[in-house]
Amino acid sequence: MADRHLEPDSPELRARWGSFAFNAAWDTKAKAAIARYPAGRQRSAVMALLDYAQRQVGEETQTQGWLPIPVMEYVAKYLDMPIIRVVEVASFYTMYNLVPVGRFHVQVCGTTPCMLRGSDDIMAACKARGMHKGHTTDDGMWTLTEVECMGNCASAPMVQINDDNFEDLTADRLNTVLDALAKGESPKAGTQEPGRHTVEPLGGPTTLTAMVSANHDYRKEW
Amino acid sequence: MPKVTVDGIELEVPQGATVLQACELAGKEIPRFCYHERLSIAGNCRMCLVEVAPGPPKPQASCALPAAEGQVIKTDSPMVKRAREGVMEFLLINHPLDCPICDQGGECDLQDQSVAYGRGSSRFHEHKRAVTEKYMGPLIKTTMTRCIQCTRCVRFSEEIAGVDEIGALYRGENMQITTYLEKAATHELSANVIDLCPVGALTSGPYAFEARPWELKKTLSIDVSDALGSNVRLDSRGREVLRILPRVNDDVNEEWLSDKGRYQVDGLMKRRLDRPYVRRDGKLVPASWDEAFAAVASVNPGKSVAVIAGDLVDCETMFAAKALAGALGSSLLEGRQTGLSYDCSNLAAVNFNSGLAGIEDADALLIVGSHVRWEAPVLNPRLRKAAMRGAKVYVVGPHWDATYPVTNLGNDLAVLGKLPKDADEVFKSAQRPALIIGGAGLGKGALDACLALAEKYKLVRATDSGAWNGFNALHMAASRMGGLMLGYAQTGGIADLVAAKPKLVLSLGADEVDYTKFAGSTVVYIGHHGDKGAHAADVVLPGAAFTEKPGTYVNTEGRVQLADKAVFAPGDAREDWTVLRALADAMGVSVGFDSFDELRAAMAKAVPALGREGLADYGALPKGKAGASGVIDAYPIKDFYLTNPIARASETMQRCSAELLHGESFAEAAE
Amino acid sequence: MSLEDKDRIFTNVYGYQPWNLKAAQARGDWDNTKALLALGQDKIIDEMKASGLRGRGGAGFPTGLKWSFMPKESKDGRPSFLVINADESEPGSCKDREIIRHDPHKLIEGALVAGFAMRARAAYIYIRGEYIREAEVLVAAVQEAYDAGLLGKNAAKSGYDFDVFVHRGAGAYICGEETAMIESIEGKKGQPRLKPPFPAGAGLYGCPTTVNNVESIAVAPTILRRGAAWFSSFGRDNNKGTKLFQISGHVNKPCVVEEAMSIPFSELIEKHCGGIRGGRDNLLAVIPGGSSVPLVPAAEIWDAPMDFDGLRAVGSGLGTAAVIVMDKSTDIVRAISRLSHFYMHESCGQCTPCREGTGWMYRVMERLRTGDADVAEIDMLHDVTKQVEGHTICALGDAAAWPIQGLIRHFRPELERRIAENVREAAE
Repeated sequence: MADRHLEPDSPELRARWGSFAFNAAWDTKAKAAIARYPAGRQRSAVMALLDYAQRQVGEETQTQGWLPIPVMEYVAKYLDMPIIRVVEVASFYTMYNLVPVGRFHVQVCGTTPCMLRGSDDIMAACKARGMHKGHTTDDGMWTLTEVECMGNCASAPMVQINDDNFEDLTADRLNTVLDALAKGESPKAGTQEPGRHTVEPLGGPTTLTAMVSANHDYRKEW
Repeated sequence: MPKVTVDGIELEVPQGATVLQACELAGKEIPRFCYHERLSIAGNCRMCLVEVAPGPPKPQASCALPAAEGQVIKTDSPMVKRAREGVMEFLLINHPLDCPICDQGGECDLQDQSVAYGRGSSRFHEHKRAVTEKYMGPLIKTTMTRCIQCTRCVRFSEEIAGVDEIGALYRGENMQITTYLEKAATHELSANVIDLCPVGALTSGPYAFEARPWELKKTLSIDVSDALGSNVRLDSRGREVLRILPRVNDDVNEEWLSDKGRYQVDGLMKRRLDRPYVRRDGKLVPASWDEAFAAVASVNPGKSVAVIAGDLVDCETMFAAKALAGALGSSLLEGRQTGLSYDCSNLAAVNFNSGLAGIEDADALLIVGSHVRWEAPVLNPRLRKAAMRGAKVYVVGPHWDATYPVTNLGNDLAVLGKLPKDADEVFKSAQRPALIIGGAGLGKGALDACLALAEKYKLVRATDSGAWNGFNALHMAASRMGGLMLGYAQTGGIADLVAAKPKLVLSLGADEVDYTKFAGSTVVYIGHHGDKGAHAADVVLPGAAFTEKPGTYVNTEGRVQLADKAVFAPGDAREDWTVLRALADAMGVSVGFDSFDELRAAMAKAVPALGREGLADYGALPKGKAGASGVIDAYPIKDFYLTNPIARASETMQRCSAELLHGESFAEAAE
Repeated sequence: MSLEDKDRIFTNVYGYQPWNLKAAQARGDWDNTKALLALGQDKIIDEMKASGLRGRGGAGFPTGLKWSFMPKESKDGRPSFLVINADESEPGSCKDREIIRHDPHKLIEGALVAGFAMRARAAYIYIRGEYIREAEVLVAAVQEAYDAGLLGKNAAKSGYDFDVFVHRGAGAYICGEETAMIESIEGKKGQPRLKPPFPAGAGLYGCPTTVNNVESIAVAPTILRRGAAWFSSFGRDNNKGTKLFQISGHVNKPCVVEEAMSIPFSELIEKHCGGIRGGRDNLLAVIPGGSSVPLVPAAEIWDAPMDFDGLRAVGSGLGTAAVIVMDKSTDIVRAISRLSHFYMHESCGQCTPCREGTGWMYRVMERLRTGDADVAEIDMLHDVTKQVEGHTICALGDAAAWPIQGLIRHFRPELERRIAENVREAAE
């Protein structure tokens, strides 16, 4: 948090992003987002539009994406709202990247439930690969952030990398995931615990066992 | 009317009052930082916590809690004391201990309340937070480490100014107040956030390190930078007025002041006329008072005298000059320096009849030829309030950013003959329709057409809540209404003076006149700044600025107000009335008063309304004449910050003009 | 008596089967929803009240009663809104995620039923931004429901028009607070509003609004189908129904599991979690309801019934039933200090005690962790937590204070030991 800051406005930034506009795909989504709210309440869509803008920037830069100032100004104009209110929103919510990030944004959960299950090891594994908290590696591949509880506590520890969660990690399992990503592969998201499906007790559920093999309808037993 | 008990005192409070207001009505002081009467309730500082039963067993924010029947409120219980100590401690842990170098010292809410409600010592042993400075322009000096995040400035910018210039970025303990990209605040009322800031985060840039508040003499005065008559306080030390602050007057300026009214003050010490001058061989050379008076007397004008009043002068000066001209046999008086010649036979037609406060109640408003933000900055928030309450606002004239929704009806005055259908319907169905004609409208001869509209749409009417007169003229000169009441208006305006080819022209600080038209006249300039008037003059008699003389001013709504003298005029300069009184002697005539009190008495006798503080009564509105033609292609003010000789002499105003209007960069000033 | 599978509501909680509409319908969701609505608003609310369901988001306010606060008719033309709180961000909590990604139609059907009962025009489901894949499932499921005529005009052929929209957050725990959530939906920073006015009077866009947790909404259709008496047959008085428990930390098998309310802690752990890591004797303490509630030492938690009253009796709370288990290897001061960091990070910064206090508390906690403190600072810290608690606009201040109070209450000797050791080390 403390290191969150806006990327300074500069002629280079203006030159690169001054003509930013949603491409057709994101524009369609942006219009759909606005349509979710009552007429005249288009400002409600600012969070969605900032996300879309960040994602389009990500597509254009081959990274997770971030929000250059001219892009925020574009969103403000799109929604007819004061730019300062857009920047307030962008700086308040942690998922908006205010500075450029790498190809993969490795977000290690460090809150107590993950900490208890070994998030220190996960963080150490990241650092062993040359990542530093709050920084992007020189090759532009990895940005490391320690984040707060991601709500995967029953399959802790975990990291979120761009859009996917990798759970039940150990240092080795994380390295396997990162190696795969580095090679351009798409490692399986979710739990990395062999034999575990999602958040059932390891070794198989203690309840609802009938559901494992078939879409059981319990109504007959009511 | 709910009945509540505050610290054992039973009282009835108005419906809709908050617990905080109830406590104040009971005579209890409630400390606060974020709460401000004129801003929305934020409830974030938590300093106003009180104990309220019935309610949860914890202290409640009194600023946000509605007073309700049967409440028992305690402001002096151990719970409240503890709560205040706690909040005070939290506010201070990250606040720097830099009071000795903080300009807010001595008038700091945080200091005062810390003494009254704080704990006396700190238990905080961690590092204090530091926040980088934020550039906010030439007027607002920031020391953001001192900020307590009360968000008054954010709310002012959004709610009063209406420009969303200031925001709070990031969150938690890293929340920071800033303008967008640290750009200069550009609104004409921007510096009011300095008054609102309860700590030393936002202080006055130009006034930085000038004085401590307890060193200053405080004098009540009236702002002369526009025609609103904003109530101000002059803070002076020795012979210098160091700063100008707004005073609360709900009828006039609420508690705001335009940046010009506040910061032209440094112009009072620059380019001053501090001795008489006489033109010899085409050049103005210093002279003694006797030489100067002799030079005027030698003109021997007989009746051929004209007087032009400038925008800043007080009624007493104008009355004294009128008396002198009258004694010489002339009544050629004019104050509309730039050539306006609207009909002044009935002053109700050129008055802001709804009242400055009253305009907030309008539900339909037509603005004809006025750039309100520049011509009357403090009025615009009231128009904004009306608009926010649902008033439909229409503008005839070039576009300006009103900060509220307006419909522009174009620049062609012909539209006044027949409003477009939707505007017509809005005005027909309005309960309290109003119209404002400004300088550009008056200049293009739209007054008659506006009066006709007043009749057509019944701008004067009885309503459930009393009489309503929605016909308003908005002037720009502090001297205007007083001058009109004193007869400073010729049928043809200043052209009548030109046509009369007067031998002697007395210029009362008139700096906007085209003096080339008086090439054959001897121009005597009585004023305080070496500006356009003095440059054109043959004799210069140094007078007093508004801070250096007592005076009567009448604002655009006909409100007669008195200003006191704060300091003496510099050098040989004298209060204007004494100059005119002495000039009468030099010219061998009598003006009928020998003291200021006698002058005032004579003025009150001649124009009784000027002897009574408060609103003058100008009677009923005259009938107008439908139809107008012409195009409003521009507004009279070209540069908001440089409209008068004091402002033009002010380095601060020059910088504002250069940076805020002409885009010059002064970013290094942030360092 | 333990809960049988046939009485579990979230039968696909582990996602062994598809989440889609067809599969959900085969499990019994959207089964003649029209008939549920045909009960009428009053009857639905009565039934919900009778079921004893208390809000599953942490505060435990009776759900039916909450619905009844909504206006029965709009006198001024303002519509009403239902906002569903899927901003699951409380450390330890991970149940709504399972509902959303594995059983979303329970939530969506619940939205229609609840929205109808409170006469809302639409529901906004506010899902935390980090639930990216979960939001994709939810959006797709909502679309399925629209396509099948279960939402929109004449939803589920009930004659009632009802929309469901998904609003994604972007990383702010505070948006789980109901008024911050409303601000966030309006496109602002998630800063809690002052109350009054309460959302039921003036909430989203100034309209009457009820904010309910995902689980509270998702159980509603089943409660109506099976009857209030069925639901209230589980759990002790005042603590009725079934509940998703989430057990994390030092158990052998962390998991999410639906159990009857009031199940003893020991049973929950032994039956579903494979016991405490290293055995019962290795248990140090438990945070039984998510990070906001005070910890409970091993001895006091073991037999405690896992419900609102049972955990209050041991000085804590059920919260979201997120059970964080800590064995004796835990650096208990660090565990709590890390939570203090969480609250500092998530404070919205709006009001003074929380903005300033959370950072202060965290920094003192960090010093206590290493013993770099004075013994008197333990009491000072406790005093500071009391200065935050109850003095803020929303409950985040309280939530930041309670874990520390719990630590000081139960582990004061440990804090003192570290200080003494640090002093000794410094002397050597």
